[in-house]
Amino acid sequence: METLFSVLVGILFAGSIYLLLSRKLVRILLGIAILGNAVNLLIFTAGRLTRDVPPIIPLKSYLPVEATANPLPQALVLTAIVISFSFLAFFLVLGYRAYQELGTDDLLDMRVAEPKEHSEPPLGY
Amino acid sequence: MPLFGVEATFWALLGPFVAAALSPFLAKTLKHNAAWLLAVIPALAFLQFLSFVPGIAEGQTFKASLEWVPTFNVNFSIYLDGLSVLFALLISGIGTLITLYAGGYLKGHENLGQFLSYLFLFMGAMLGVVVADNVITLFVYWELTSITSFLLIGFDHLRRASRRSAVQALVVTGGGGLALMAGLILAGYQGGSFELSELLNSGDVLRESPYYTAIFILVVLGAFTKSAQFPFHFWLPNAMEAPTPVSAYLHSATMVKAGVYLLMRMHPVLGDTELWMTVLPIFGGITLLVGTILGIRQTDLKLVLAYTTVASLGLLVMLTGTSDPVAIQGAVIYLFAHSLFKGSLFMVVGTVDHESGTRDLNRVGGLFSLMPITGTAAVLSALSMAGLPPLVGFVAKEVLYDGTWHTVNGELWTGFAVLGNAMMFALAATVAIKPFFGAKVKTPKVAHEGTVLLIAGSITLAVLGLAAGAFIASVGHQLLSPMTSAILGVPFDEELHLFPTYLSPALYLSLATIALGIIIFMYMDKLRVIVADALRAIGWGPDKGFDQVLEIIIRFATTLTQTVQTGSMVTYMRATFTVIAFILFVPMILTGNWPKLQGIGSFYAYEWFIAAIAVIGVYAVLTARYRVTAIVLLGIQGFAVALIYLLFGAPDLAFTQFMVETLSVVILALVMTRLNLKPTDARSSRGKAFDISLSVLCGAGISMLLMSIVQLPFDPTLSEFFTQYSRTIAHGRNIVNVILVDFRGFDTIGEISVVMVTGLAVLALIRVRPKSNGNSNSEKNR
Repeated sequence: METLFSVLVGILFAGSIYLLLSRKLVRILLGIAILGNAVNLLIFTAGRLTRDVPPIIPLKSYLPVEATANPLPQALVLTAIVISFSFLAFFLVLGYRAYQELGTDDLLDMRVAEPKEHSEPPLGY
Repeated sequence: MPLFGVEATFWALLGPFVAAALSPFLAKTLKHNAAWLLAVIPALAFLQFLSFVPGIAEGQTFKASLEWVPTFNVNFSIYLDGLSVLFALLISGIGTLITLYAGGYLKGHENLGQFLSYLFLFMGAMLGVVVADNVITLFVYWELTSITSFLLIGFDHLRRASRRSAVQALVVTGGGGLALMAGLILAGYQGGSFELSELLNSGDVLRESPYYTAIFILVVLGAFTKSAQFPFHFWLPNAMEAPTPVSAYLHSATMVKAGVYLLMRMHPVLGDTELWMTVLPIFGGITLLVGTILGIRQTDLKLVLAYTTVASLGLLVMLTGTSDPVAIQGAVIYLFAHSLFKGSLFMVVGTVDHESGTRDLNRVGGLFSLMPITGTAAVLSALSMAGLPPLVGFVAKEVLYDGTWHTVNGELWTGFAVLGNAMMFALAATVAIKPFFGAKVKTPKVAHEGTVLLIAGSITLAVLGLAAGAFIASVGHQLLSPMTSAILGVPFDEELHLFPTYLSPALYLSLATIALGIIIFMYMDKLRVIVADALRAIGWGPDKGFDQVLEIIIRFATTLTQTVQTGSMVTYMRATFTVIAFILFVPMILTGNWPKLQGIGSFYAYEWFIAAIAVIGVYAVLTARYRVTAIVLLGIQGFAVALIYLLFGAPDLAFTQFMVETLSVVILALVMTRLNLKPTDARSSRGKAFDISLSVLCGAGISMLLMSIVQLPFDPTLSEFFTQYSRTIAHGRNIVNVILVDFRGFDTIGEISVVMVTGLAVLALIRVRPKSNGNSNSEKNR
């Protein structure tokens, strides 16, 4: 069962990486959004899959009565979803502001920190 | 017995560092008179070291140790024998006088406090070098002397020449220091101890070690760079950019002798081999001749002294290299004499410079009547330097000739020594006679005698040179012979006489030296022209070479950086994912641990359907032509993932995912409608092909990695722990929630903080704008 999910995770990763390799800011942002889902699904799958039964203990019992889904990856992924959302939100605004300041959404033109013209190295004392 | 016990030596070592901390404050309130007060500290240290002398003369040694990092054999330990105690006496004694001299020399200078502070830092470091027992401690102090030397040479940092000299000294001596560290560690492991006191008793262990040559080369590299041996001699004359107190103290009396100290220290275990007795005398001899010849070329008095210092260091290395007891005794006396006369002469030149405004040989003359005390100091010290009786320099020369004459290849080494000493004689005469005698020359300033602070040091050292000559027998017994014994590793005590008791070959050699020296002095001006012409004809020297090497390194580094860091984000991303692809596939290829092919299991039709939606969603995002389409498709892909969570027993995840996806789509729509998403991808077809292959490769790698993981047996320990205790301990039935808020509550606090900080950052990004913004985009979007 996990095999199919592995393939699905791989496809999500491939799609996200393709977007991340792009020159355009917007496509990179989309790539980041998909990357979050891909990673979460990866953690979820690595914890093994169980259909239908959430890890909840019945009212009258101290332990689950039947085999439930693995709670651990769920807890991790829950945290990860929220973090990746904040990450995405921050990058969106950062990208938006960068576009405002630099007037371009092309990465090859965003060269403030590493300008294209190389300066002479400092040779004196 | 020691004055306050061996342990008090730690306080003597700490003293200069305390003085370094106090200097800036004292100099602020007391101005140059702070020197009087501060000089007390090295003077006390001097007394402490002096109290060891009688014991050491009887053959005792003293040790004390504080633990530092015992697991790595690093201790703060000290070892006092004849060698270290004489060095410590020179450092603290001359240090006291130099402190006074610095107060007079930099009187009225706004950074006097800073200068004294550096000077004391150096003093502390240098004392540490010579008394350290642990080789690692020694190395730390050794590097500290290089660093303080850098600070002192670059004291006048507004001048380019100062900065260059400082960097040069640091690179050369610091680089040698690294070699030394490797050598000392190697010696420590081979010899079985990191404590010098134990290492020195290891006999032939190091000499017979297969690593002997490596240890030898590394240690000698450290010593040669520090003691300015040819071809590393060039940094020392350049270091004369420093104020004269520094030249007198660091670059003649103490620091440059650290290399000689090291060779002498290691002599019992590294010396007396064919390699030692070949390499050291040859390089020492060459340095002796090169130093004196280059010294003849100079007209700047300070540079003349600098080059003769190079020569003297060469002589010391040559003598140490012969491994002959008498020659080494000669080296010891010469080292002692040199510290006195060279320290004094530097101070004399500094005083002349300070009072007359110049130190050019051709612009000073007839100063003796104006500066009688300084002149007397100059004459006495120059006599010692020239090796004339009744000064200690004469004894040194007699003994060293006696030593070299009887060694293997003695004729060669004696030849070097006679030639070098003759030129040294001529240079000593130049330094003493030119400024003080002959016709009066008009100097830039009207010369007069220096202040007490300025003249105290030079005349004290000069008189000490005279006294040491007069009482050479007891000085020899108390100070010099114990040092020779320490270098040799066996007791050595031959009585010294000021005047030769019989007509030895040494006496004839001395006479020859003097005769040759007088001839050279007479033709000094002609020789200077010849040497200058010869140097101009050669046109290249290690000094220029240093600049060239440095430039090559800088250019190489720049080119490398520019090649690796192109500044193109696309390249960086491609490089990153290429590396990730390698990391994913290389272990699988190397180990052959490919995931096993298995059936994909049975799925319900709706599960297939949802997975298909996710895949289609991603594909559609990739090919979307319009930004709104892309956002909606992204949302579809996200909802498909949420449905998967719902179907596989994770309702909490599903709800969160639904919420987050909705929010993401809303925010994306808000931001992206303001961005200009062009329909085209702007990638060339080749670039596209590369990116597609790379992303497919990475995706496939991650797929296979995940397959391999899920094919391993599952370890349910943690999950079972949480399941078991969720209700019994934490009183919650929803296990996922219990993990989040209880078992891993701090993680959740961290997560909340991240969200909060992100919120603040987003707010800041949106609200903070540059005050003057001519960018039309920002105007439009406000």
